[in-house]
Amino acid sequence: MMQGTENMGSMTSVAIEAETVETDSRETGESRVLQLQDQDEVRDYVTIGAPFVDNAKMAARNVNVHYGEKHAIMDVSLDIGKNEVIAMIGPSGCGKSTFLRTLNRMNDIIAGCRVDGEITLDGEDVYGRQQDTVMLRARVGMVFQKPNPFPKSIYENVAYGPRIHGLAHNKAELDEIVESSLRRASLFDEVKDNLDKPGTGLSGGQQQRLCIARAIAVSPEVILMDEPCSALDPIATARIEELIDELKEKYTIAIVTHSMQQAARVSQRTAYFHLGKLIEVGGTKDIFTRPRHQLTENYITGRFG
Amino acid sequence: MQTSTVLLVLVALCIASFFFARRKSHAVAHGSGGLTTLHSLPKHYGYMALAWAGLPALAALALWSALEPRMLEAEVVSSLPAEVRALPEQQFGLYYNQILGYASGGMNAAELDEVQLAAADRYSALAARFSWLRSALVFAVALAGAVLAIRRVQPALRARNHVESIIRWILFSCSFLAVLTTLGIVLSVLFEAVRFFQVIPLTDFLFGLEWSPQMAIRSDQVGASGSFGFVPLLVGTLLISAVAMLIAVPVGLMSAIYLSEYASRRFRTLTKPVLEILAGVPTVVYGFFAALTVAPLVRTLGESVGLTVASESALAAGVVMGIMIIPFVMSLSDDIINAVPDTMREASLGMGATMSETIRKVLLPAALPGIVGGILLAVSRAIGETMIVVMAAGLSAKLTANPLEAVTTITVQIVTLLVGDQEFDSPKTLAAFALGLVLFFVTLLLNVVALYVVRRYREQYE
Repeated sequence: MMQGTENMGSMTSVAIEAETVETDSRETGESRVLQLQDQDEVRDYVTIGAPFVDNAKMAARNVNVHYGEKHAIMDVSLDIGKNEVIAMIGPSGCGKSTFLRTLNRMNDIIAGCRVDGEITLDGEDVYGRQQDTVMLRARVGMVFQKPNPFPKSIYENVAYGPRIHGLAHNKAELDEIVESSLRRASLFDEVKDNLDKPGTGLSGGQQQRLCIARAIAVSPEVILMDEPCSALDPIATARIEELIDELKEKYTIAIVTHSMQQAARVSQRTAYFHLGKLIEVGGTKDIFTRPRHQLTENYITGRFG
Repeated sequence: MQTSTVLLVLVALCIASFFFARRKSHAVAHGSGGLTTLHSLPKHYGYMALAWAGLPALAALALWSALEPRMLEAEVVSSLPAEVRALPEQQFGLYYNQILGYASGGMNAAELDEVQLAAADRYSALAARFSWLRSALVFAVALAGAVLAIRRVQPALRARNHVESIIRWILFSCSFLAVLTTLGIVLSVLFEAVRFFQVIPLTDFLFGLEWSPQMAIRSDQVGASGSFGFVPLLVGTLLISAVAMLIAVPVGLMSAIYLSEYASRRFRTLTKPVLEILAGVPTVVYGFFAALTVAPLVRTLGESVGLTVASESALAAGVVMGIMIIPFVMSLSDDIINAVPDTMREASLGMGATMSETIRKVLLPAALPGIVGGILLAVSRAIGETMIVVMAAGLSAKLTANPLEAVTTITVQIVTLLVGDQEFDSPKTLAAFALGLVLFFVTLLLNVVALYVVRRYREQYE
């Protein structure tokens, strides 16, 4: 990866930066990370870059997430643009997955989790009183870290969502939804003769594409992907990445990843999270070639994380 | 020497050989340049010596104890006069038992003749000698084993692997013992049942519609005609079990679902112990709860809607039995539903499924094999349950499918047949064994059916 030449980060007048400068040594990321263990130091930080876009599909404003006592996400504001792929990167425990899961309220099922702030989908409040998680999750689908097909046949896996939401009026319609979803997940040709075989019998990469097919079978508008390739080999990963590229024509995609190369390959915008804060957002190209914040630069150059 | 003394000394020998072998291994290691030159840890050499000292000696003890009475009998009998040995088998048995009784101090000398007294003395002398011989044999074997093991302690000896394989054999013999015991029980029931079927034809038993286990002592006795038709008992058993399962399965399963998927942690920690107490109540207590509370309640309720209900009804017994089994079903199902990976829940909820859709379409199919297994265990308990039925459902073997009437079950009949003074060659008593055998096959059949169901409908998750 490219190393940022202009060290813009140190120019921003932020408390944490001032402190690290005060240590006045040529120490690299490691000591910086140690100093940042305390969340209080980043509390007042303001995101740099361009968190807002004109054609936002989803918009988060001042979102805070608490798991019991733990303050997992701090004051994050971020837009997700229509038909774009936004990548969320950052070291483990930085809150990127938590943020992703607030977008379709998957955090609701975790006991002790509290979400404050405002998240909208097409201007509609996701956490509003009128909002129904069933309808929300049909519009904002999710693909998980580990492929998790149901222990049912391939056909039943894809048909699960349409059945729940009553999308097909007869068997022929359902067949068509299943086939087109599998085609869009570029899995159909591999499984067309084995639709009645269990989904768990497929290879890891096929299972993950099955999960993508399952997610798109209910025609969502947004697809959230939580490290969808972390359990896959490079070849399967490449296929999923190709797929993501095709899917963005039709869907808005937010993807959490630990692979910087993956973020660089599939996304148009990239958001860097650190200790529950959104540090920097920008065009993927800019983030990877000219990171403005020291932490971002340290992370993408592999100095920590 | 008493067996307990022998065992105690043996344990001491084993412990001693452990320490000797361990010390020897230290010494050997010292001679060859440190503990790392040994193949195994010093304690492995110790355990190996312990096993070598203990196991063969225990085997010798067991073998000797099994053979001793026979050797004693052979010795004593050979010294008896020829005319005594020529007695018919049963009389001779009595004669010999008197000798044994006197030798063990349970009989007076006045009841025995002189030959018997002499034989008893001989018996006592022999027994004392045999006891010494036994101790000597056991200790010799133990010492030999220990010495052999300790002498073999060398750096190259693979004591660790040795200990592992000894442990494996011990574990194997334990599981083998369980299988043998099962086989033994089945065979002992089978032999008695065969004796029963020599008197009562198998077809009469299996297809007879009347159960009235009376055998005449005199041929002109009133009500002397016994009939051993097992169908009413089977129907009664199945009826009560069905009522019990109708209560226990839905309530147990649904409370398990509530506890594992919906309940807050606090509710869960409060509820589970209470339900476990329910599981700990003795069945006798359930029995009088059934007889004194539920049965009258069922009758009153029945009469209020114009039904005739027997004061001891299958319904009352079944309901209480169901209540007894609820915690059983619940606890097993709860564990099984919890074992379904969270990724399944997330996948379903992430699709926009509601909680109940997730449970119905994903969790229950995935947990089905375990749940069926749990229900099957519960059915076996219901079929085997005796006390509640004795108290609440009565003893009359009526062939009916009406749960409002009094019925009886297989286990209850086994109890009534075997309670009190019994003659063990009467078909009345032997019928209990036949019933036991049939009960065994019914449960076996249920197991097979359940296995088939599970294989057919299971949804395998990883």
